[in-house]
Amino acid sequence: QQNVSININDLRTILYLYVRYDDTWDMQRFQKNFTMDIVDLDENCMEFDMVGIDAAIANAFRRILLAEVPTMAVEKVFIYNNTSIIQDEVLAHRLGLIPIKADPRLFEYRNAGEESGEDAGSEIDTIQLQLKVKCSRNPRASKDSSDPQELYLNHMVYSGDMKWMPIGNQADVFADANIGPVHDDILIAQLRPGQELDIIMHCVKGIGKDHAKFSPVATASYRLLPEITLLEPIEGEKAERLKRCFSRGVIHLEELNGKKVAMVVNSRLDTCSREVLRHDDLKNLVKLGRVRDHFIFTVESTGVLPPEVLVTEAIKVLMTKCQRFLNELDNTDME
Amino acid sequence: MAGEGEKKPVLEMVQADGADEGCVTFVLHDEDHTLGNSLRYMVMKNADVEFCGYSITHPSESKINFRIQTRGGIPATEPLRKGLNDLSDVCQHVLNTFQVRFCILEIGRSRCELTS
Repeated sequence: QQNVSININDLRTILYLYVRYDDTWDMQRFQKNFTMDIVDLDENCMEFDMVGIDAAIANAFRRILLAEVPTMAVEKVFIYNNTSIIQDEVLAHRLGLIPIKADPRLFEYRNAGEESGEDAGSEIDTIQLQLKVKCSRNPRASKDSSDPQELYLNHMVYSGDMKWMPIGNQADVFADANIGPVHDDILIAQLRPGQELDIIMHCVKGIGKDHAKFSPVATASYRLLPEITLLEPIEGEKAERLKRCFSRGVIHLEELNGKKVAMVVNSRLDTCSREVLRHDDLKNLVKLGRVRDHFIFTVESTGVLPPEVLVTEAIKVLMTKCQRFLNELDNTDME
Repeated sequence: MAGEGEKKPVLEMVQADGADEGCVTFVLHDEDHTLGNSLRYMVMKNADVEFCGYSITHPSESKINFRIQTRGGIPATEPLRKGLNDLSDVCQHVLNTFQVRFCILEIGRSRCELTS
């Protein structure tokens, strides 16, 4: 097994010479060594471990989560009236970034056709939303108030004001799923009396590679499990200082024969700040490194799909990529 | 052997004149490091492969040059096909493991939904 060691200024990979080591792909050995563990899961965020896989494939999953899992987002904005102070293009940009709660697996990609009019989209590839807000003066406001909340009606345009307009049979198909923005309280624009917005939006299916608004994750990242090895027993006052060099909960001081001895209990909690390497008397007593094939993934969803669905979709996307080229190979072979 | 005429090509094979079938550069369109690196890893695990590497010709073009050189006169499409199949099997195993883990977690939270 290869080790990544963490030194004061760099990371050094120590390669062990593979003497008579068979590196050939062995599915049985992979299946025996591979484990996964879901550490934390709630509505929007998930933390899980993948052990026994190589960095190339773990990174492929991360890249796919960020850029190749499709979602629905506002693509075409038809502005019939915008007398607000926000420019048309800025407003359209903001609308595009709002996450739309619609299961992208139930929709298809829109063909890159020439028609860009308002009737171009069909019910299978487009969601239509409407934003129609007019700001007016509040007749019941007191004479000397200066609070905009009291003076004006509808002066803040929130994403909750976006209404879904079902096309075709969408009203029946998505009767119980309320399609709209994930969050109702995203501020889109501010208005003053006399200003209004009258906008129709078309949402289409896309991937993050095309535009970041289609990315389904707030972020998806992984880190390697830290590995802290104490090269000799450390006790007493040194143990206290060693404990303070690492994150809380990593080092525990045990009482042995009346003296406090340092033990590594949970290296997972460490943030690898290398603080211990700054102390001349402690830096040679500890070996810092990372376990090369233990990946701690953190996936935070924007709310469109739950994080566990995102991970399964990402794995399926990689399988689809492989299948695409396998089919292509078969086709060229048959020719 | 080039790709199809009318449609956008997905996979092309470029071979040097006179070289045998064991040394081929595949041009994979609409791909980047995501598939390139993971496929390279799987193909390198093949004992018949003498050389395997990929490069992105220019970051503005979304295509990769994937080169395979085999030993023993084996046509280069064989390790490519095996690598793609192995990668697909890895993904399937990861997917199964993940779904099992997720179901166990849900049962532990006393509500389990079998996902397909």
